[in-house]
Amino acid sequence: MSNRLLEIENLTTSFRIGDGYYAAVDNVSLTVNRNEVLGIVGESGSGKSALAFSIMRLHNRAKIEGKINLEDTDLVKASTNELNKLRGDSLSMIFQDPLTALNPLMEIGAQIGETLVLHRPQMSKKQRYDRVIELLNLVGIPRPEHVYQQYPHELSGGMRQRVVIAIAIANKPQLLIADEPTTALDVTIQAQILDLIHKLKEEMDAGIILITHDLGVVAEMADRVAVMYAGEIVEVAEVHTLFENPLHPYTRSLLNSVPTEGQDKLHVIQGIVPSLKNLPRTGCRFAARIPWIDESAHEENPVLHEVSPGHYVRCTCHSKFYFPEEGKEGEANGAS
Amino acid sequence: MALLEVRDLKVHFPIKGGILNRTVGHIKAVDGVNFSIEQGKTYGLVGESGSGKSTTGKAIIGLEQITEGQVIFNGEDITSIKNKTKDIRKDIQMIFQDPYSSLNPRKRVLDIIAEPLRNYEKLTKNEEKQRVYELLELVGLTPESIWKFPHQFSGGQRQRIGVARAIALKPKLIIADEPVSALDVSVQAQVLNFMQDIQKELGLTYLFISHDLGVVKHMCDEIAIMYRGRYVEQGTKDDIFENPQHIYTKRLIAAIPDVNPRNRDKHYVFRQEVKKEYEQAYDEYFDAEGLAFGLKDISDTHRVALPERG
Ligand SMILES: Nc1ncnc2c1ncn2[C@@H]1O[C@H](COP(=O)(O)OP(=O)(O)O)[C@@H](O)[C@H]1O
Ligand SMILES: Nc1ncnc2c1ncn2[C@@H]1O[C@H](COP(=O)(O)OP(=O)(O)O)[C@@H](O)[C@H]1O
Ligand code: SF4
Ligand SMILES: [Mg+2]
Ligand SMILES: [Mg+2]
Repeated sequence: MSNRLLEIENLTTSFRIGDGYYAAVDNVSLTVNRNEVLGIVGESGSGKSALAFSIMRLHNRAKIEGKINLEDTDLVKASTNELNKLRGDSLSMIFQDPLTALNPLMEIGAQIGETLVLHRPQMSKKQRYDRVIELLNLVGIPRPEHVYQQYPHELSGGMRQRVVIAIAIANKPQLLIADEPTTALDVTIQAQILDLIHKLKEEMDAGIILITHDLGVVAEMADRVAVMYAGEIVEVAEVHTLFENPLHPYTRSLLNSVPTEGQDKLHVIQGIVPSLKNLPRTGCRFAARIPWIDESAHEENPVLHEVSPGHYVRCTCHSKFYFPEEGKEGEANGAS
Repeated sequence: MALLEVRDLKVHFPIKGGILNRTVGHIKAVDGVNFSIEQGKTYGLVGESGSGKSTTGKAIIGLEQITEGQVIFNGEDITSIKNKTKDIRKDIQMIFQDPYSSLNPRKRVLDIIAEPLRNYEKLTKNEEKQRVYELLELVGLTPESIWKFPHQFSGGQRQRIGVARAIALKPKLIIADEPVSALDVSVQAQVLNFMQDIQKELGLTYLFISHDLGVVKHMCDEIAIMYRGRYVEQGTKDDIFENPQHIYTKRLIAAIPDVNPRNRDKHYVFRQEVKKEYEQAYDEYFDAEGLAFGLKDISDTHRVALPERG
């Protein structure tokens, strides 16, 4: 049996803005295996959530082209009926803000139970209750019988996010998408939630897409990493490769902007992520943010190249990239 | 002499209840905090949400009523609002977390930045505009920016506008409350670098409030860890990161994700060990109400809320 769970091919998701369609996810191809965490990083506005929502097919007014194969089902072609069967069952998502993801007027137990009613109608009331308690235990909520009867506002942020996770994993999804699941939480809670997601991956043999803008979280959690910029994947690599031999100028810039030991000045990525309407649709989208690099160094139509097994980089001109503070001699380093 | 000295600061908020809406208790948001900051230094205040960081900052600048204790600025007691003379209000400024909501959306950049100037200095329209241009240049924004509204800027640019306003009156102390928490790493880098640059240029002193230990480590000379209104530990950057003594500090440090994936397993094991130590030693390190004990000196620079052994 193949280990491949999700295969995204040439996915383009466009939103209608004014008179035309603009792609927020542009010709993205990615795979996720079972028992694997694929991390997706990039600044806000890069298209990470648009990608996640595309996989879940949660956009209602976007144009989606390409393939999203979850095992044998192409989610792009799937009917609403099929999607409703999949979502919350073998495909589920954890959203960033636990408060908006929960119904404020419904008891915690009933909210978790709801997804069981929907996808496991044959379960008896007793079985359902037991499963909810089991889930609350699994996500580390103390006194589950008590929390069962509480309302979202009675719980702390960390506890609410656990409830959201309990709902997402209630039916043992094969693919779990976590969109910035810990961004709103304190570090100690974040550490607990990340450990929990890690445990789930192993226990359920699930594939996980973990979206974050925090490179530390990626380093702790991901098996492979995709770096996204302006709707495109600019680099994909196994996690160690990405941190030890990052090639794309954007990846390297991101890594350099994080405060680490003994660094005096942080690297600043000039400019901002362009809005969809202002995206350069030809040539390299990142070129404008490294203005000190010679015009002639850029490729006209950068595409992903496999530079070593499993390590993909958009365009080959990364070898001509250097940071202004290190000078052109840096050239050789990037090319290894 | 320290530029700022905070002595046994307490800010308690009344909890009202019952049909008569009487005070039935108090939230001890800040409960006996002591520290001082030397001129030109950056002092970090760290803790999880709700630990009392913002309240401490606001109490110093006079946005929150002080229940008990003293705030001494430049040798003057400014604890009560009425002692905060015009000069002192000029000298202490605050930068807020959210660059989206802390700027008035209906005002142009010119008016936003000039507001403090209008309150404290009598400038002609032209002089005022000139000053705003200088400030914009200092924070790296183009001159055309003065006619724009906040929504026309990115998050990092908006935070720069907030900084421009805060430094308009050439303050001595800036209280920066989570100034980069809402920003992407790339933009965060820009704002942090910039805060360091103007610190050197203008000789500024920072009280830097953050829940992000990585950022605090990068920015601060001295650091305090706050938990439920009290300090659990205070020391130099090295004291805190190389030699943490309180179980809460240890747990907080262990929770920071390690940016080297090679350390993942080791770090996981370490985190579990620290968590276990925390759970086992909790009753020893916190009193019956779950609050930290008083600080004890363990070196000239390092103070820790160690258990009170009988
Ligand atoms: N429903 C939508 N309609 C129009 N534009 C959108 C919509 N959703 C997202 N966008 C735009 O798509 C781009 C990517 O957004 P998003 O996926 O939210 O980025 P990220 O999650 O990486 O921060 C942004 O420019 C955003 O403004
Ligand atoms: N104006 C207020 N009235 C009542 N309680 C408050 C007020 N401001 C803050 N608090 C409470 O004081 C505690 C500390 O809050 P705060 O200083 O904002 O923490 P931090 O900035 O560390 O997140 C919290 O429990 C908070 O709910
Ligand atoms: S063309 Fe290549 S070097 Fe130039 S910005 Fe793009 S990826 Fe980088
Ligand atoms: Mg997003
Ligand atoms: Mg605060």
